Amino acid sequence: MEIDPFIFRLSIFILSIFIGYYVVWSVTPSLHTPLMSVTNAISSVIIVGAIIASLSSSENAVFTSSSIYGFLAIILAAVNIFGGFLVTQRMLAMYKKKKKDK
Amino acid sequence: MSANLSAILYLVSGVLFILALRGLSSPETSRQGNLFGIIGMIIAISVTFLSVGNFSSGFVYVLIFLAIGGSIGAFIAYKIPMTAMPELVAGFHSLVGLAAVFVAISAFINPEAFNLGTPGNIKLASLIEMAIGAAVGAITFSGSIIAFLKLQGIMSGAPITFKGQHLLNALLLISIFILTYYLCSAQSSRLFWILIAISFLIGFLIIIPIGGADMPVVISMLNSYSGWAAAGIGFTLENTALIITGALVGSSGAILSYIMCKGMNRSFFNVILGGWGGSEQSTNNKNKEQRPVKSGNADDAAFLMKNASSVIIVPGYGMAVAQAQHALREMVDTLKKNGIKVSYAIHPVAGRMPGHMNVLLAEANVPYDEVFELEEINNDFANADVAFVIGANDVTNPVAKTDPQSPIYGMPVLDVEKCKSVLFVKRSLSPGYAGIDNDLFYRENTLMLFADAKKMTEDITKNL
Repeated sequence: MEIDPFIFRLSIFILSIFIGYYVVWSVTPSLHTPLMSVTNAISSVIIVGAIIASLSSSENAVFTSSSIYGFLAIILAAVNIFGGFLVTQRMLAMYKKKKKDK
Repeated sequence: MSANLSAILYLVSGVLFILALRGLSSPETSRQGNLFGIIGMIIAISVTFLSVGNFSSGFVYVLIFLAIGGSIGAFIAYKIPMTAMPELVAGFHSLVGLAAVFVAISAFINPEAFNLGTPGNIKLASLIEMAIGAAVGAITFSGSIIAFLKLQGIMSGAPITFKGQHLLNALLLISIFILTYYLCSAQSSRLFWILIAISFLIGFLIIIPIGGADMPVVISMLNSYSGWAAAGIGFTLENTALIITGALVGSSGAILSYIMCKGMNRSFFNVILGGWGGSEQSTNNKNKEQRPVKSGNADDAAFLMKNASSVIIVPGYGMAVAQAQHALREMVDTLKKNGIKVSYAIHPVAGRMPGHMNVLLAEANVPYDEVFELEEINNDFANADVAFVIGANDVTNPVAKTDPQSPIYGMPVLDVEKCKSVLFVKRSLSPGYAGIDNDLFYRENTLMLFADAKKMTEDITKNL
């Protein structure tokens, strides 16, 4: 009997939830704000779907009803990707240890 | 690019995202973690381009729109003040939600592009996944917009409640399931639009009854929703990177909501059903008899601190509002020069989002190893000479430990009153967001400093 590929994806999904559970509990509370901004950035990997959607049309009709939604989603996701990673970087750069000489 | 190879590369980028979160377990590894995240994203995007393999004029537009969105994002990331992080994160959540909705719509209109069948004859499983992705995405979008407006102060933070609210929400939620069921058999685009419209409405309705003070929970919850929306779309697109990320973000947001609820000793449902705080404030004030408080000025505060050997600072949202974090650091520097030991105590729900105070202190160049969480530092109050409470209120209220009648009874609080003396910077005696009078104000060892947090801190520094 063949297993539906959906079951494989479901397995990945369930296991990832567990990974997420343990990884996030180990995040230090002082970094919870960067955690939120970086999860924000990575969830914008949804741009993958947006790219497929916007490249779906043929050569002579770039803008079709479905690709326009794709393009809009690309803009939204791109704001998030760049904004999310950069603001996380900016925050993390501020976390410094005590200077020894002081 | 072969389907197997791209599937493996998507898996790689999923793993890199896991490492990105793993890096956040300590500030030293966090920057490297962020880099992993960026690499994962670059891999995911490049693989998508290569596997679609369509480098026609559409590709140019993709790059153009990517650049437009990217520059807007980069601009915001550099300009945003650290005090506005909660608003920024709420705003970003709404974008993820809306992007999920758009991708789902696009897949519904043109399923061939995604290998999901033909319009009107979409695979059943894909249709369900699409509906879930779109519905959760829409809820995330409208919910985050409301959260953003409340945080920005454009909308009042007071909870908006009306009769039959919970019934209405429940009915709408049930209607989503019914619509999904009919959508699967009829495949009608009209049903799909109605589904999205109702989801937008639900997002709006579930956030309006939640008070501005519960925002840490709301933001975490919306964080979680944005993850589940991404996962739903991931199933539709059969994309591993998206499924892994969705699960990670979903559980991350859920854990943060749990931590925030625990920090307030409230159940998740209690917060979601809303309607707490804000309104009781006025009635509470009237019934209160005037109790004596000791108030002092910057000179008194400076005198107390100069003669102390250890000082614990308790910052709260008021510090963020007054932008007092830099002035505070200067004061602490002066104290340290006088050989006084200074540490910071942070309550889990201080501020408007998880970890908000830590970021603000980090911005003001406070080394992170001087900043402690509630459990780490709570025993030290008894041995400290001075507690300097700046902009925090309810999280220091001893009533939470003593009065079972109090709405905040059982909430973990900082044992500030155990210090030899407490300096409490506040503009007036008004209660905090919970609408409860703070017993600490009237204690023998408390000295109230009535002033703007920033100005008071600066004055104290001058007097030291």
